[in-house]
Amino acid sequence: MTRAAQAVEATDVSRTYELDGVSVPALRGVSLVIEPGDYVAIVGPSGSGKSTLMHLLGGLDRPTGGRLVIGGRDVSTLSPPEMARLRNETIGFVFQAFHLLPRTSAVDNVALPLVYRGVGARERRAKAAEMLERVGLGHRLHHRPNQLSGGEQQRVAIARALVTDPAVLLADEPTGNLDTATGAAVLALLEDLNTTSGVALVLVTHDRDVAARAHRQIVMRDGAIVSAPAGPSIPAPRRPTEDES
Amino acid sequence: MRIAEAWRVALDALRANRLRSGLTMLGVVIGVAAVVVLVAIGTGAKREVEQQVEGLGSNLLIVVPGRLEFNSAPSVSRLSLSDVDAVSRVVGDPSRVAVTVTSGETVRAGTRSTFTTVQGVLETTPQVFVRNVARGSYLTSSDVDTARRVAVLGATVARTLFGDRDPIGQQVSVAGVRFRVIGVFAPLGQSLGVDRDDEVHIPVTTAHRLYGTNRIDGIAVKAPDRERIDALGERIVAELSKRHPDTEFSAVTQEQILGVLGDILGVLTGVLAAIAGISLLVGGVGVSNIMLVSVRERTREIGLRKAVGARPRDIGVQFLLEAVLLTTIGGVTGMALGVGAALLVGELSPVPAAITWWSLALAFGVSAAVGIIFGVVPAQRAGRLDPVIALRTE
Ligand SMILES: Nc1ncnc2c1ncn2[C@@H]1O[C@H](COP(=O)(O)OP(=O)(O)OP(=O)(O)O)[C@@H](O)[C@H]1O
Ligand SMILES: [Mg+2]
Repeated sequence: MTRAAQAVEATDVSRTYELDGVSVPALRGVSLVIEPGDYVAIVGPSGSGKSTLMHLLGGLDRPTGGRLVIGGRDVSTLSPPEMARLRNETIGFVFQAFHLLPRTSAVDNVALPLVYRGVGARERRAKAAEMLERVGLGHRLHHRPNQLSGGEQQRVAIARALVTDPAVLLADEPTGNLDTATGAAVLALLEDLNTTSGVALVLVTHDRDVAARAHRQIVMRDGAIVSAPAGPSIPAPRRPTEDES
Repeated sequence: MRIAEAWRVALDALRANRLRSGLTMLGVVIGVAAVVVLVAIGTGAKREVEQQVEGLGSNLLIVVPGRLEFNSAPSVSRLSLSDVDAVSRVVGDPSRVAVTVTSGETVRAGTRSTFTTVQGVLETTPQVFVRNVARGSYLTSSDVDTARRVAVLGATVARTLFGDRDPIGQQVSVAGVRFRVIGVFAPLGQSLGVDRDDEVHIPVTTAHRLYGTNRIDGIAVKAPDRERIDALGERIVAELSKRHPDTEFSAVTQEQILGVLGDILGVLTGVLAAIAGISLLVGGVGVSNIMLVSVRERTREIGLRKAVGARPRDIGVQFLLEAVLLTTIGGVTGMALGVGAALLVGELSPVPAAITWWSLALAFGVSAAVGIIFGVVPAQRAGRLDPVIALRTE
């Protein structure tokens, strides 16, 4: 096992929410390895814990149990500012709702992660413009989000996720707010970036055809992985879900 | 994040909500303007009183019955002209001693009349105080000795009674008794809304007959030099106490008067500044409130910024700068407004206004501090937001 070569490694990770004194287990003992250049699709019914898992893999949230290593660093040893830096350097997020800053041009939206890296304005803009060029929006640099179509907005978000040259791109239902044709184009872009730039792509989707194109599929139910077809270094699920009837 | 970057982000956020930012600033603008104006008025009043007291002449001792204290009631004077002679002997030079017996009287000339302050005085007044006669001449010792019915008019009284005509040699009646005008004072102008040219001087002896009294309200002594002024005062008080064992006397210098007046006006300025400070505080609460609204409104933005690598501190600083920018822009605007208002007050009303650098610096410093103090809580709240929850917020 070449530990350092793994982008993200989750071992028996769980996440339990406390709601009014009641424990709500959103994830129960999930183990998963994301390798550089990977293309993993996560599928499963609503409420099965897909988003919760994505937040953990991206260092936005911390597990309540198990061990999570992102970019070679155990998140339980990291302070909030160190987690922020880890997200900035290792992870790119693409959300269903785009989450672009309003009243801010496409190029400045894309440059935002570089702001928190302390990159100067000129260099930021140049990198952001280059990235927008790569997602096919070189002619839309100074458009505001409300002047862009849904597909264009998601391309801006993808450019923003990749401008820092991260190891892992986490896309939680990136086509969920788009029509079929636009969604397919966005997906094609993500897959192209995965093959050309070598960024690992983790994709949450409800579309079985889309999932079928990934190197690996992970099926979730009730906060656990119920099927993860064999791959070179994927550990089998450690325990079956107890509450399956 | 670089600090210059943070300023830019804060400024953008304020611009995005111009009206709201403006209204929030208004609270600070009004508070700071109030501080600047009220401190300017307080300082101006103090400065004018000081100038006036110093303008009386140098090395003056004012001898009055009773004590010169903030809260002591003025006592009825039991001084008489023989006491004045005794004081003159202590001083050793009668020309350094002036007296006054004051009364409000109606003064008439033909059909015109005015109610004014009539002072019975000695011929020494112009030497003891700084008082210049513009036309005619002042009272002489023979006027005082023989109790002549002659008067020297203040510039306002002369203008009211005679207009453009020359009053010298004309008749006026004071409390129904005819006097001849022998001089007119050079104008002194207004101070603190009081017209210092609204007075008439007549010989003290004439005044005693006119009012049917022997009383002297106060004695002023011009000491030969600053060093001996306190010792001289003590000797005068000792002499008067010997003559009136049951009465207390005070001999006060200009410095002492200035000290007491300065204390009074200092308290006044402090109270005014405190009132203005409260309005600044209210403005600060408004800033705090709007910042909390802003944090709530921009929860998703905060979540996104955190997702792409903003540390809690970056977010906190961003919102803190926004609050500080609100209050300092408001503060500078308030300063400009306050200076303008103070100049206007000085121009249009008898109240003088003196703008001091320290009050401007204080107002600016306080408004920046208000931004920091009232921005900290919203900024901390923003910095601590859970990014997952923030991103889920609709
Ligand atoms: N902050 C929270 N507090 C309590 N429970 C939560 C919280 N966030 C998520 N959950 C619960 O955790 C479970 C998993 O939620 P999650 O969002 O990961 O599901 P999902 O698989 O992404 O669903 P969807 O396909 O609808 O997006 C759900 O039962 C949800 O109610
Ligand atoms: Mg989800």
